Amino acid sequence: MMHPILIRGGRIIDPSRGTDGVADLYLSDGRVEAIGRNIAVPPEAQIIDGSGKVVAPGLIDVHVHLREPGQEDLETVATGAMAAAAGGFTSICAMPNTDPVTDNQAAVGFIVGKAQRAGKARVYPIGAITLGQKGEKLAEFGELVGAGAVAVSDDGKPVVSSHIMRTALEYARTFGIPVADHCEDPTLAQGGAMHEGIVSTRLGLKGIPAAAEEIMVARDIILSELTGGHVHLCHMSTRGSVDLIRRAKEKGLRVTAEATPHHFSLTHEACEGYNTNAKMNPPLREAEDRDAIRQALKDGTIDVIASDHAPHHYDAKEREFDDAPNGILGLETALGVALTELVLRGLLTLPELVLRMSTQPARIFGLAGGTLTVGAPADVVVFDPDARWVVDPLTFYSRSRNTPFGGRALNGVVECTVVRGRVVFDRSAPRA
Amino acid sequence: MSAPSLGKDLVGLEHLSAGQLRLILDTAEPFKEVSERAIKKVPALRGKTIVNLFFEASTRTRISFEFAEKRLSADTVNVAVSGSSVSKGETLVDTARNLEAMRIDMVVIRHHASGSAEFLGNRIRSNVINAGDGKHEHPTQGLLDMLTLRDRFGRLEGLNVAICGDVLHSRVARSNIWGLTRLGAEVGVCGPASLLPRNIQDLGVTILPRIEDAIQWADALNVLRLQLERMTAGFIPSLREYNRVFGVTRDRLAKAPKDLTILHPGPMNRGVEIDSDVADGEHSVILPQVTNGVAVRMAVLYLLAGGAPDWHAGASE
Repeated sequence: MMHPILIRGGRIIDPSRGTDGVADLYLSDGRVEAIGRNIAVPPEAQIIDGSGKVVAPGLIDVHVHLREPGQEDLETVATGAMAAAAGGFTSICAMPNTDPVTDNQAAVGFIVGKAQRAGKARVYPIGAITLGQKGEKLAEFGELVGAGAVAVSDDGKPVVSSHIMRTALEYARTFGIPVADHCEDPTLAQGGAMHEGIVSTRLGLKGIPAAAEEIMVARDIILSELTGGHVHLCHMSTRGSVDLIRRAKEKGLRVTAEATPHHFSLTHEACEGYNTNAKMNPPLREAEDRDAIRQALKDGTIDVIASDHAPHHYDAKEREFDDAPNGILGLETALGVALTELVLRGLLTLPELVLRMSTQPARIFGLAGGTLTVGAPADVVVFDPDARWVVDPLTFYSRSRNTPFGGRALNGVVECTVVRGRVVFDRSAPRA
Repeated sequence: MSAPSLGKDLVGLEHLSAGQLRLILDTAEPFKEVSERAIKKVPALRGKTIVNLFFEASTRTRISFEFAEKRLSADTVNVAVSGSSVSKGETLVDTARNLEAMRIDMVVIRHHASGSAEFLGNRIRSNVINAGDGKHEHPTQGLLDMLTLRDRFGRLEGLNVAICGDVLHSRVARSNIWGLTRLGAEVGVCGPASLLPRNIQDLGVTILPRIEDAIQWADALNVLRLQLERMTAGFIPSLREYNRVFGVTRDRLAKAPKDLTILHPGPMNRGVEIDSDVADGEHSVILPQVTNGVAVRMAVLYLLAGGAPDWHAGASE
């Protein structure tokens, strides 16, 4: 039985309508029913106190790795969807580099089914661009989309063949989906463990130059211009990439881009002491790169914040830097890192942050949500932007613990997450 | 008042102070004499157990450590772990825990992954000595190079030392850079740009683009080994051309403004980075380096085991 919900007296921020002000939000039948003051509600309505809190369209993460099927000991669709809800996300997009790869309609349907049973955040599968992510033969985009995929990507690997990338961009136009590329020239990045710079030189680790990313960004932009296809550039990490995207947008090309919380908050110095929780691909770059990413999020050159949530077992990270896997968790720290590193520093306003973490992701991937317009899906997050907390990985809902933010004090506590008009996370409720 | 100590581990020279570096070099001096005795043994580490844990093939470094340990009367075990990290079953952290469980006192580790010595040192209570970790550091090699230069010149301060060759992949180069610059020497690096690491000048070294520049500039050349694999991996076109462009040859040395001291960490590729008549010539200190290696390693083992810096007095008992 689903009761209507009244969120009373919160600061409602809705970038889709350009509104920001204190009001009540009434959710009924899985929809936004009304916004205003003194809304008459039935006695069975659940009342949530929003005073002093931000009430926003639920956050949307277009880049998440859920590890199911194949590595359920690291994360499942259900644990990932719960971690998402705890992090304020109402929708997440699952990358297809599972085992087996999500490259057919059955695999897409499997994830959709698992997500429905979990009943937490919405989970939208992303299908593979090529069969087995081998970079050779296109997957059946039409069937992937028919089963529920919202984009295609070979993330984890670049699409090496420019011909395949061109074809993918052309073919994806039929279905109106973005082609999300992991930009990396494999011949430049091969064997690299971190950013190529002064820290890699000191630590004696093989570096990945910024050029490895930028060459592929430039190629993808050129192919977008050639095909008219929508290319979405995953986890941008360098100032050179930002420059390339800025020029592409000035030309009006269908290029969108994302950046992760770790790339706008950390630098390659986090790898000091061979800290494997700072090992990721693309690697953490230099302060100038981090600053360029921040500026790009401000001016819209980079459209969205995405976490690249990448669960790994602690054993896998507890080893030599060269041999440790890439990636860190993101769902349960993304909002806190963004509020602390972008809003608290005065780089982004709260409405701009909600735009980058909800409204824009919904727009560019064509997803429900990202808005609190009357009639819109009742996907809502309530968070306290000023409350401070210390990251303790042991309390994560995710099945994994790999984060470089452990022990960091962050601003912004998620109080409550509502999906389809149902509370899927409530911080005040006892943990199941 | 209190003399500097080395702490628990020696993983590199980067974080050692000038005082700590001098302490090791000064402690090595009296140990040189032990190796010249008829009975080459002192009881300094009697009852200590040391594991030499070598994940990478090594002849010179392993034997040098073993002699150093035996001449200090320690009990030693050699473990050679062959195979790559992928093929070996046990993780480094498990190996570390097993060693710990056997209550050993010190571990000397050589490993192909940069950072492995620090990784091990952070996880066991025993002292850890880095005998070369990937492309990171080889601190005892750096120290023996410094001791050899100090023997030759009577000082390190103000010396111009050029490190020549494959600096990109060299742990010897990094340890030399940290140690020498900390004690006041000027360090230059010389090699094809494809074999010099990014931002190396930010470590306070001078880039010498051609071997002729290094020979004009330096008091001593530390010539690095050029691994054959660098050619197949596309860093240089051929060993032949490397010798023609960057090789340390008698003809090139003849144009030097002064007699250059020649160091090489070994093993040498004669006719590639260094010509035989230079390696065997009168200015080569390649064999004294090897002799000093034992003394420096004795000093490091002794100091990490808690030995007092004034060992010299106690040794004459």
